[in-house]
Amino acid sequence: MAIELTCIVCPRGCRLLVDENLNVTGNSCPRGAAYGKQEIMDPRRTLTSTVRCDSKQFSVCPVKTSGTVPKDKVLDVMKAVNGAVAKTPVHRGDIIVKDIAGTGVDLVATRDLID
Amino acid sequence: MKTIDLVIIGGGSAGMAAAVSAYDQGIRDILILERSDVLGGILNQCIHNGFGLHEFKEELTGPEFLFRFVDQVKERKIPYELQATVLSISPNKVVSYISPKGSFEIQAKALVVATGCYERSAGAIGMPGERPAGVISAGQAQLYLNQHGYLVGKKVFILGSGDIGLIMARRMTLEGAKVLGVAELMPYSNGLERNIQQCLKDFNIPLYLSHTVTNVIGKGKLEAIEISQVDEHLQPVKGTEKRFDVDTLLLSIGLIPNNGLLDKMGAKKGKTRGSEVDDSLETTIPGVFSCGNVLHVHDLVDYVVAEGKTAGISAAKYLKGEEKGHKEIETIAGPGIGYVVPSRVNVEDKEGSVELKFRVSRPSKNVYVEYSQGDKVLMKVLKLAIIPSEMEIFKLPKKLLINDQEPIKVSLVAKE
Repeated sequence: MAIELTCIVCPRGCRLLVDENLNVTGNSCPRGAAYGKQEIMDPRRTLTSTVRCDSKQFSVCPVKTSGTVPKDKVLDVMKAVNGAVAKTPVHRGDIIVKDIAGTGVDLVATRDLID
Repeated sequence: MKTIDLVIIGGGSAGMAAAVSAYDQGIRDILILERSDVLGGILNQCIHNGFGLHEFKEELTGPEFLFRFVDQVKERKIPYELQATVLSISPNKVVSYISPKGSFEIQAKALVVATGCYERSAGAIGMPGERPAGVISAGQAQLYLNQHGYLVGKKVFILGSGDIGLIMARRMTLEGAKVLGVAELMPYSNGLERNIQQCLKDFNIPLYLSHTVTNVIGKGKLEAIEISQVDEHLQPVKGTEKRFDVDTLLLSIGLIPNNGLLDKMGAKKGKTRGSEVDDSLETTIPGVFSCGNVLHVHDLVDYVVAEGKTAGISAAKYLKGEEKGHKEIETIAGPGIGYVVPSRVNVEDKEGSVELKFRVSRPSKNVYVEYSQGDKVLMKVLKLAIIPSEMEIFKLPKKLLINDQEPIKVSLVAKE
């Protein structure tokens, strides 16, 4: 039985069919084929959120995981995100939490906050 | 009164892109007026990723994307003023604005208006019931959460399946709120497919298509909402009511170009509720250009930026006194097409192509998009699927045009 998926790699949102041999059809680009395979074997997401920050401009600093994390660990990562704090000055790419929730990826700032 | 070559109203992605491209065309006397405390506009609150695949060939979050442009503005030392609210612009381009430094009038030689869009409200759709605290637009809730750190509620229902609503469904879920569902009046979602997947399905949030909110209950504070199914005429069907006990109702029911300044200046309005423009993005007032969401609401910031660049280049040409050709033809949104931007295209020069942006009025499968002049079909393109939530961009080669008088009509035609 082939499994139907919506590709989330780009805004186009192709409808993918992945068969039991992990052959992907319906994709418009190689990234879609890679996503289809990955989504069946080990679904992963990039998580974006905010952490508390002492900046006068914004009370929170936007962050993201530097790579994808397993989909079923997203809520664990969120718990760690909610305990984290960014200290000004913050620069894009600054590591806020290393190896967040044991996922092997870092939590990094996605904007500058320099008061 | 101080005179400035190019005044750009709005320091979001469209305005910054316009400033940078005008600068790169040799214009040096530029001023960006930005209403809020920071450059970047709406992207400051769009902390999710998915931006920049066209512009930078990589996936960025909103803040990362906007900072690429802030860097470009700063590298060029283009002046900008923050907390500067433009009150009005006279038809001869005198800009009146206030900022913490005082109130000012400046004479602009050229203007780019890039003031974005605003959210449709509960009143605009005549939503029934009370108006307690807890009914809030999705973008406003996003601002509170992503810039100020406040979660507006714990039990949430969302009306409207546009992208902001979907993104907020995920965002509030991640922050610990329970999102009970999303209702959409139409039988299809107006959001991107991938957002249906990663924002709703990933979190098992139900999407109620062909449903709308038929009652809002609560004195002072929201207590519950009621949704009902709608029939093919979009009228609620009695007996299909469902009640949800919630403390928050988010509205994601459409965006409207924030076109008030151009309206008051007397620029002619188009079908998009933005101004009519030609293919250089000039409004009906010479030297006044419009781009980004104030012209028509976009799905992707990459296209907003592309439009900003066009407006910047056109403003530079205007300032240098470069003549545009005088032969112009109109564009028409034919059957099945909601609108076409631009409203007029210059055909003096026969080289290259005409870029037409449009949206269809309803989802269709196996149809032709037909480009015609009078009775003559210039070109038709088969579309296996076409939906209103995705803006179409088509480059029509100018050499196909049969004359320089008859308008170009875009229509949806069923496949035989």
